[in-house]
Amino acid sequence: MGLLAFELAYWQQTVIKMLVVAVAVPGAAFVLGYVFLFKMLSFMQSRLGPMEAGPYGTLQLIADGVKFLQKEDILPDRADRFVFKAAPAVVLISTFLLFVVIPAGPNAIVEDLGVGIFFALAVSSLSVLGVLMAGWASANKFSLMGGLRATGQLIAYELPLVLAVVGVVIQAGTLSMQGIVNAQSGGEIFGWGGLGNPFLLTQFLGLVIFMIAVQAELTQVPFDMPVAESELVGGYHVEYTGFRFLFFFMGEFGTAFAFAAIAATLFLGGWALPDSWGVSGTAMHVLGPIILVAKVMILSFFVFWVRFTYPRFREDQLQQLAWKVLIPLSLVNIVATGILKVAF
Amino acid sequence: MPNPLNELLRQYLTVAIFAGLGLAMVGAMLGVGWLLRPDRPEPQKYINYESGVDPLGVMWSQSQIRYYVFALLFVLFDVEAVFIFPWATRLEAYGAFGLIEMAVFIFILALGLVYAWRKGVLRWV
Repeated sequence: MGLLAFELAYWQQTVIKMLVVAVAVPGAAFVLGYVFLFKMLSFMQSRLGPMEAGPYGTLQLIADGVKFLQKEDILPDRADRFVFKAAPAVVLISTFLLFVVIPAGPNAIVEDLGVGIFFALAVSSLSVLGVLMAGWASANKFSLMGGLRATGQLIAYELPLVLAVVGVVIQAGTLSMQGIVNAQSGGEIFGWGGLGNPFLLTQFLGLVIFMIAVQAELTQVPFDMPVAESELVGGYHVEYTGFRFLFFFMGEFGTAFAFAAIAATLFLGGWALPDSWGVSGTAMHVLGPIILVAKVMILSFFVFWVRFTYPRFREDQLQQLAWKVLIPLSLVNIVATGILKVAF
Repeated sequence: MPNPLNELLRQYLTVAIFAGLGLAMVGAMLGVGWLLRPDRPEPQKYINYESGVDPLGVMWSQSQIRYYVFALLFVLFDVEAVFIFPWATRLEAYGAFGLIEMAVFIFILALGLVYAWRKGVLRWV
């Protein structure tokens, strides 16, 4: 923590980081849920959305949370109790671990792991386990079908997600998130340093593949077959009541924020402004999180806009898109980026 | 001289602490809920939900085993991705020779995908 005059001990630093993330994860879910899910959806449908709870409906989600807290906890008869209870915990743990490698400033990262982006991708696969556990342990045919479809979809879209990132790694030459941010802010495009070198320009295909894969990983429409409300009576979380149900949503929106932040870091330059703009190092400690949140909002806008516009894909269309289009495209992207990197 | 292994392990200790934080958060919120919620067990509440009608048959449906192909292909490409990452990080040092080498690797695995495609196992019907 370079801000303070003295160095904090490890456990003090960890406690502060834990508090920040413990507030940030539900906070991020709250902000994304309110701004995009409630208000943006409503405005796009020419209606106002929640207006009663708090000014302009800002406290609606808190009201929802309190309502869920006092619901009775019902476990189905034949359900596997331990796995049933553990499934939302697994999903939420995967979200928390994703927040460990998101950089919000020159020092504001929980741990700048050497394998930053690789760790993020690995941890995001944990939620697939949680979904499968939920589908199986609910002892409900529809849950199981939803859970299996979800698993098939999530592993199919895991691959374009991973492969789209490889292009960025080739250009940055490092896996650590801070390293990727620095490579973008300090880089130059053919000798012109005016904009730094955001990987958006050369890795546009990578960004598109990444955002499509993120949409599918979050089981958002048009990829929300697993939770198709009108078809599978709620899919793998139909038997969950009360706050356990809300954990899945917190996991989904928290992960949406985390993935948008990761995409902003990989492709848009994260918390950094280009070095040539000459913003001083200490100012970035304050500006960094604000810039990152602004970039996250822009990317989330696109994610939710697609969510509200397109109808749902059929399961086989979804799988075809992943295996026959996205994976070959991302392999081509890797080879092309490699050629460009070696040639220049 | 600080031992780099200590630094590495310390970073992953933080990761483990965060996993524990996730667990603690789940426990805390469910604990608050346990204090607030009612508990009136009725046998009808514990029947599975099937849109309001009585549930039919055994609670677990059968699924087609031929979907194992997707899991297989996923493992294949995931392991390929694990091999691609170290190469991508150090591409500058490997130069053109490394690029051609990895292009051959990706090409061979892409052939596997084309084979699966032509065999018709990529259809989820």
